[in-house]
Amino acid sequence: MRSNRKVEMGQIVLKNVTKSFENLEVIPPLNLTIDDGEFAEFVGQSGCGNSTLLRMIAGLEEVTSGEIEINGEEVSEVPPSKRGLAMVFQSYALYPHMSVRKNIAFPLRMEGIGQSEIDTKVEGAAKSLNLTDYLDRKPAALSGGQRQRVAIGRAIVRNPTAFLFDEPLSNLDAALRVGMRLEISEMHKRMKTTMIYVTHDQVEAMTMADKIIVLQSGVIEQVGSPLELYNMPKNLFVAGFIGSPKMNLFTGKEAEKQGAKTLGIRPEHIDIVFSGGLWKGKVGVTEHLGSDTFIHVHETGLSKVVTVRASGEVNLNYGDEISLKPRSDLFHKFDTKGIRLE
Amino acid sequence: MAIVSKSSNFIKYGRPTLAWLIGLLFFFPIFWMVLTSFKTDADAVKPEYLIWFNPTLDNYLNMTENYDYWRFAKNSVITAVFATTFTLFVSIPSAYAMAFYPSRSTKNILMWMLSTKMLPAAAVLYPMIYLSKGLGLYDTKILIVTVVSLINLPIAIWMLFTYFKEIPIDIIEAGKMDGVDTFGEIKEILIPLAWGGIASTALLIFIFCWNEAYWTVRLTTIDAATLSKLIEGNRAPEGLFFGRLSAVSTAAVGPIVVLGWFCQKQLVKGLTFGAVK
Repeated sequence: MRSNRKVEMGQIVLKNVTKSFENLEVIPPLNLTIDDGEFAEFVGQSGCGNSTLLRMIAGLEEVTSGEIEINGEEVSEVPPSKRGLAMVFQSYALYPHMSVRKNIAFPLRMEGIGQSEIDTKVEGAAKSLNLTDYLDRKPAALSGGQRQRVAIGRAIVRNPTAFLFDEPLSNLDAALRVGMRLEISEMHKRMKTTMIYVTHDQVEAMTMADKIIVLQSGVIEQVGSPLELYNMPKNLFVAGFIGSPKMNLFTGKEAEKQGAKTLGIRPEHIDIVFSGGLWKGKVGVTEHLGSDTFIHVHETGLSKVVTVRASGEVNLNYGDEISLKPRSDLFHKFDTKGIRLE
Repeated sequence: MAIVSKSSNFIKYGRPTLAWLIGLLFFFPIFWMVLTSFKTDADAVKPEYLIWFNPTLDNYLNMTENYDYWRFAKNSVITAVFATTFTLFVSIPSAYAMAFYPSRSTKNILMWMLSTKMLPAAAVLYPMIYLSKGLGLYDTKILIVTVVSLINLPIAIWMLFTYFKEIPIDIIEAGKMDGVDTFGEIKEILIPLAWGGIASTALLIFIFCWNEAYWTVRLTTIDAATLSKLIEGNRAPEGLFFGRLSAVSTAAVGPIVVLGWFCQKQLVKGLTFGAVK
């Protein structure tokens, strides 16, 4: 099986997979297909079951019922070591007693590969991850970003069927996170290997994924490309989860006027006009990001404070009266159950 | 200001003095034992020779020539080495399973194991003697090794369980993902990571096995008898052979004290070893 791994496909299929801890069902029957070479991200608030799902695919967590197929092969009973997957952990999970070189070489050594081939592969991985100068250091002597790169190096040398990432960037600071995000995306474009990535950060999902799987309490709320999710959220949960700042969601008279129980409009789809807008209100806090300005508008008569995303040059003062003109063709309408209308 | 200097004076002089006093208090019986072992039996009980006396090696010579010290010592080494090895062989996988794959009854099993240490040994003395005689194992090394390992097993599992618990489970899981089987996890990851803890456990168990007296005295006569039995055998009711008894005791505790002295660093290392997150 190992010799022909390179020509294998990395399709992963979950069929009616469930997971229960004692009597608590954390994942009700779930079906999902992740195609070969796809970058799929599980997103949701913490406790939504996305890590559990990833661990089930990895084999670290047993499946209560249902089937998991990798390359068309049913693997629910196969131990993690035999599934041909590589995983990058949030905590990096490096072997503290081994040098960087030994950490990266470890899976190859376990596979029984010859020393000279191991050396070549480790050097190659270290070079592509800028770790060459650190090969003889222990993990304790590395920074967070370097440790995460070692963890990635340990995963790529194996040439796995698929990569699993369990919130790999959450322990890094903001600046490093952006850099590593790019590196992982770059790696995916280069290697074209299936990747499954778990995150709570919708920005990571939007920027990296080919396919986003939004989960809530173990249930898939929506599957789609980042732009599909952004443009056509299937329900209120997805509408509120995807996008930053969050979509404005109103109930009440204004929603009813549009024939919906809940009406949504993204902050970037509202224009500030001098007069003739649909809603009027007073400027509250304005957040200047340089490129953008987020304006929180009060006293509009709507059920919630309206957030507007305007250009960076907007100059408004606290308490100014403004008029808002939402682009009505970009309204999102939801029924009483929170399901998208149309 | 006065209060500050008072308390710092205590820290500077008082505490070390107190520590030395307590240390000497604990050390004194051993010191006295070693001192007495160089006295003749007659001198040993005379107060005027408490500190100043004519040192002699008679007791030691007598011990090795007439009491077969080396045979007892050999049995002690065999018992301690094999019992420690066997204990670790069983307790490492057990503690690994309990630390990383706990079931609902893991806690109860741990408590139950500890509870066996609360049972007075005397309560099972007769069953043990009858059983070992019935099985033809009385006074054999295999019996002593088995019994000594079994009585130390709960402590070994408890200690290792505590050390293993400190290893992040992610590291074990990373090993699984990297293609390691259960045996590999123990050999490649667990043992190197918990090396300090395993070494201190091994050392402690070795000391316990070496010092074990209750069972070694009662379940042996000659063939499997350890140094504890030798000391026991020199305990004369008349109490006249203090010199001889001290020499035997010194020779019995000597090796283990030396071992402990050499392994001090390993022990400290074991207590401070931390995994990288």
